[in-house]
This record gives sequence, C-alpha cells and structure tokens, in this order.
Amino acid sequence: MASFDMKITGAEIFVQALLKENVKVLFGYPGGVVLPVFDKLYDAPIKFILTRHEQAAAHAADGYARVTGKTGVCIATSGPGATNLVTGIATAYMDSIPMVAFTGQVKTSLIGNDAFQEADVTGITRPITKYNYLVKDVKHLACIIKEAFHIASTGRPGPVVIDLPVDIQNASAEFKYPDVCKIRSYNPTYFGHPGQIKKASKLIAKAKRPIIYAGGGVIISEANKELKELAEKINAPVTTTLMGLGGFDERHKLSLGMLGMHGTAYANYAIMESDLIIAVGARFDDRVTGRLDTFAPHAKIIHIDIDPSSISKNVKVDIPIVGDAKNILEKLNKAITPPDTKAWLKQVFDWKEKHPLKYKDDDKLRPQFVVEKIYEVTKGDAIITTEVGQNQMWAAQWYKYTSPRSYISSGGLGTMGYGFPAAIGAQLGKPGKLVFDIAGDGSIQMNIQELSTAVNNKLPVKIAILNNGFLGMVRQWQQLFYHRRYSQTELKNPDFVKLAEAYGAVGLRITKKEDVVPAIKKAISIDNTVLLDFVVEPEENVFPMVPAGEAINRMMGGMA
Amino acid sequence: MKHTIQALVENRFGVLARIAGLFSARGFNIMSLAVGETEDPSVSCLTLVVDAKDERILDQIKKQLHKLIDVITVLDLTGKDFFDRELMLFKVDFTKENKKDIEELVKKSSAKILETKDSYVVIELCSDQHATLALLEKLKSFGIKELVRTGRIAIVK
Repeated sequence: MASFDMKITGAEIFVQALLKENVKVLFGYPGGVVLPVFDKLYDAPIKFILTRHEQAAAHAADGYARVTGKTGVCIATSGPGATNLVTGIATAYMDSIPMVAFTGQVKTSLIGNDAFQEADVTGITRPITKYNYLVKDVKHLACIIKEAFHIASTGRPGPVVIDLPVDIQNASAEFKYPDVCKIRSYNPTYFGHPGQIKKASKLIAKAKRPIIYAGGGVIISEANKELKELAEKINAPVTTTLMGLGGFDERHKLSLGMLGMHGTAYANYAIMESDLIIAVGARFDDRVTGRLDTFAPHAKIIHIDIDPSSISKNVKVDIPIVGDAKNILEKLNKAITPPDTKAWLKQVFDWKEKHPLKYKDDDKLRPQFVVEKIYEVTKGDAIITTEVGQNQMWAAQWYKYTSPRSYISSGGLGTMGYGFPAAIGAQLGKPGKLVFDIAGDGSIQMNIQELSTAVNNKLPVKIAILNNGFLGMVRQWQQLFYHRRYSQTELKNPDFVKLAEAYGAVGLRITKKEDVVPAIKKAISIDNTVLLDFVVEPEENVFPMVPAGEAINRMMGGMA
Repeated sequence: MKHTIQALVENRFGVLARIAGLFSARGFNIMSLAVGETEDPSVSCLTLVVDAKDERILDQIKKQLHKLIDVITVLDLTGKDFFDRELMLFKVDFTKENKKDIEELVKKSSAKILETKDSYVVIELCSDQHATLALLEKLKSFGIKELVRTGRIAIVK
C-alpha cells in the first residue's frame, strides 16, 4: 500500500521533472487538454510567462536559451496551440538552440480520430526537431522528460517536443527521476581525434594566408577565449557568421566582422584569397559561401564541428575534426607552430582600410546611424535581438559585438517576428542586462501583441523600430532585381507610439538625427517597456550586397 | 551509383517515418527498403539500396542517417564482402511457343515455377542482385505482366 501512496499524476510528474531540471521560467499558453498541467503549475515554484500567442512563447524560450545557454522550455495546448509553436521550434532547430517544447494532446483513445483540437504533432514536428516523443504511458513520462532535456542540450543542441495526452496527465505513476540518461544510439563526439588535430597544426604551420571563419558553434560551446588565443597565436584574421557574432571581439584588430551576402568587403576578400580556412562551428551556409564553385579557390579547409553531417556537406573539407569546439581549440592551441602571416595581414588591413562599411552621413535620419548610436550609448554592453530583414543586417553591421550571447537573431530560418519575443526571453534570462530589439516596421507587427507580455511582466525591453514604411529587404531586392516594382512591400502602419501607449508601454517617435541619442538615453532611463519609433530614410539599402548565386567577392554597393 | 546501406535502429514506432522523412526532405532516392526485427527484439535491421549521384551525397546519406537519434549503427556495404538476397515474384505471359524457353530459363537460374495457368506463369526467384537482375532482363522478352519484390537484404561475411 505504501507504494500506492507514492504515486503522483502525470501533471505532477511534469512539474517535479521541470524542478529537477532546474527550470526557472516556463513560457506558454493554456488550453483545453493541458488543464491538468496548468492546475499543477498554479502553485508551482516556476515563473510562468503567459505570452499572447504561442509562437511568441517558443521564441521567448529560444531567446532565454540563447542568452543563458540553458534549455528554454515552453508549453502549449494541442492542435492550434501546438501548430502555433511550430515556427518557433523550426527557428530553434535551424540555429541549434536547446529547447524542450511540451504540447498537450487529446486523450490517447481519441488520437487518430480527428478529435477536437487534434493535430499530429509528432508528425508535424519530426523534420524540425532533434527528437520528439508522444507519451503513451505515464510510467515513461519522467524518463522521457529526462531524455528530452539531455538530447536538447548535448551534442549539437536542438529542440525536442514532448506530446502529452490529457489522460496521461491525469494518470498516476510513481515518480522516479533518473540521475543519468543513457541512450545507446546517441553518443555525441566531444573530443577531437588527436591525429586530426596534429594534421591541422601541420597545415596551419605551413599556411601563408590563413583565416578563421567562426560560427554559432563557438557561442554554443563557449569557445570564445580559445578562439581568441588561436587567432593571436597564429596571427590570422577572424571573420564570423551572423550566428557567430560576439564569438570574437569586433574591436580586436584581427576582427573582420561578418562575412557573406551582407558581410564586410574585407572579410569576403580575405576568405576568397586565403590559402587556409579554419572553420570553427560554422556550416558553410549559402549566405556565407555565395556561388559554391567559386568559393575560396586557393584554400585548404580545416573544419571543426560537433555535427559530422555538417562536414563536407557544401564544400569539400581537407581536415575534418569532429567534436566540441572548445575542447578541440584547447588542444590545437597547444600543438601550433605559428606561421608567418605578416605580408598577409598587411594585405588584409589594407582592404580593411580601403573598403570600410559606410553609409551616407548627411542630415537625413538613416537606419545605420540609429544602430551605431545604440552601440555608442550602450557601449556595446547591451543584448541585441533582431527581427529579420534589413534591420537584422544593419544590427549585424553597425553594432560592435564584443561578447558571446549578445547578438540574438534568427539566422537559419530567418523568422520575422522573432526579435521581440526573443527579447522578452532574453530579459528574463538576464534581468540585469539592457535588452534592445532592433526591429523593422514589418517584422515588429508579426508579434506586436507581446507588448502586453512585456508590460505585464514589467520587462524594461527597448524596441527600436527602424521604420522605413517598407518591407525593406524585399523592397531592396525589388529595387535591384525587379525594376523597382514594389509589389506588396509598402506598409501603411499604425501609430506605433499610440500603440505602445495603449499597451501601457512608453512610445517615443524620432524623426531627426540630433534626437537619436537623447531618445536612446531617455528610453534606457525609463523602467518600462519602451518603443522607439525611428522614422528613417525609406529607400535605404543594405550594402555591401552579394547577389544570390554570385561569388562572394562580387559585391554591389557600399564600396570605396 | 547504387549502394547497399544497412542500419541498425531502435525497434519502436515512428522510426521508419523518421527515415522516410529524412530521405524525402533531403531529396535522396531510395531504390529499395527492407526492414525487420533482428536477433535482439529491441533492434530492427534496415537494409536500404540508395542511388547516390556522387560520393558527397552518399556521405550525406550515411551521416544524416547516423544523426537520427534512433539509429544505432550505419554500415555501408559498398566494397565489403556480403551475401545479399532478394525475393521476386513474376507473372509472365505463357504460350505454347515460349513454354519450353521459360521452363529452361527457370531451370538454369535458381528460380522456381509456382503455378502455371493458360495465359501466364508465376515464377519465384530468391537470389542475389546479379541473379535477380539477370532473370529480370531475360524475362522481359517474354512479357512480364506483374512483378513484386521484397527489396534487398544482406549480411556481411
């Protein structure tokens, strides 16, 4: 009889398991088939953030994960609740973000019957999750949650979905939370092969024009110190991907900033002319390589990545090293003989001087100026989240990222509406930090309802809308490649200041250059959610730009 | 080029869907797929014949398969010594004129006639990829009415 007393419901197991996983914040939205869980959450010691749309719950959990390095957790009901999470889950999947998403499901006897609010969530999320579960027996629930957190946060991280039928939430089982999790078919490699590391060090010693190309893997593995050591030891320039921003201090003289489609000219020239690319936690995405058959024709490639399937997927790699970037760089740094890169660095610095990023510095209010001033006022110490499009690229180009987990952006999926809910998650993850969402007037409206979440939770997130009255990036492509036929890209917007006020936030409109700095300072001084509506030059373009499918040293615009 | 790939996977629901999903999402072609429980009931063995245009695609197929959490091991049988078998059932046009030829052909290969009707004959062949292909080619000239096959299975020597 004693064992009978120790049984608890699936809903209680859910709460207990989250406590065991040290979950402090849960993002979500209630609904019919998750009522048992929400009843247990009512007095559980877990902070619950009620978003105003499930998509925002997933993005907020993702933003929380990106700034803390911990696993983000969200929950929604079955059917539409679950499908609303899908964009957020796919966003996390593309950027390798650890997340566990719970979805309610109709009771097991109804599954497959097209029941009310039923959707095949494991089916829908299979290609956008690292793994997913449909819980069929309450006895398995604790173990499944343990596995889910383990899978989400280890190896190449990613989202895991647990589909939890309502009858499982009500059924009872003994709660035994496993201490360790062993999955025989899942054993990520952390330590690089010593032979490969040795080969890499030999290649580095012989290099004349080496370049380090660092991606999001550096942030995930927290290898920024080791990366800096490598760069300084071998005297090689460092370029990062969008996901890698903050992995290498952009004020460092060896920093070339971001490469690729909207990267700096000097980063693109350098990678094209290099004779050795040391890729660390990056995956040679098409936005980085441009036309593949012309990419870095003289370069040998060392590729350090935890995911073997990223290696030689797009470009052929000479020396693959599978494992955790931090571990591998530590070992590699010990094995290195520095090459002579004096002549190469002279060339690179020459490009850097001749082809800086630039914009027209006249009396018009330009978006680049706004981002630059946000950088100056915050001294590079803020967490910047972005939406997607021009705002994202300007935020990448004109703010200097100095530390990891400070640029939070949907890189792989390119999800509009990501930045604001991610800023909410980021603020909860780092309560003492200043969080800025650099937004566009299009993107912000995809999750503008979250003003309610931010205000109600007293989150002093700042939103800087670079308001150009257009879906700017699409408009830019239409201007450059579709003869200025602005098909469905002009936006008639609401009064964002009034909108902010209606939600209980503070709204400020800025139309003049000289008002930018005072407005940013004012926003920072206000202990509330603040929306800054920067009315900027409508037809400003993001340059340089490599047209899709071109070689990445064939850049348009912004060149000296 | 065709490659035989064998994967040991967790024997649980949804695994086949993951593998099928992986192939369709990445545009890989599956020529045949055979799956069944192994000596360990918790493990299924999956034998895939894939058509990979080049080494890079083959490499990706293997890596992506291995990346699936439920996949325990992936073995590429290309260049390895192995026995392979496939079971094929044919329904072939049968006339007075070709009766002898068909019977002779069946006798020469290791095939078997399961049933003879007025207009057709049902032939069974369980053999390796070379024998199955050879018989298939030869039977084409007699007019194949129907063909079903299990897909290749294999075991390393």
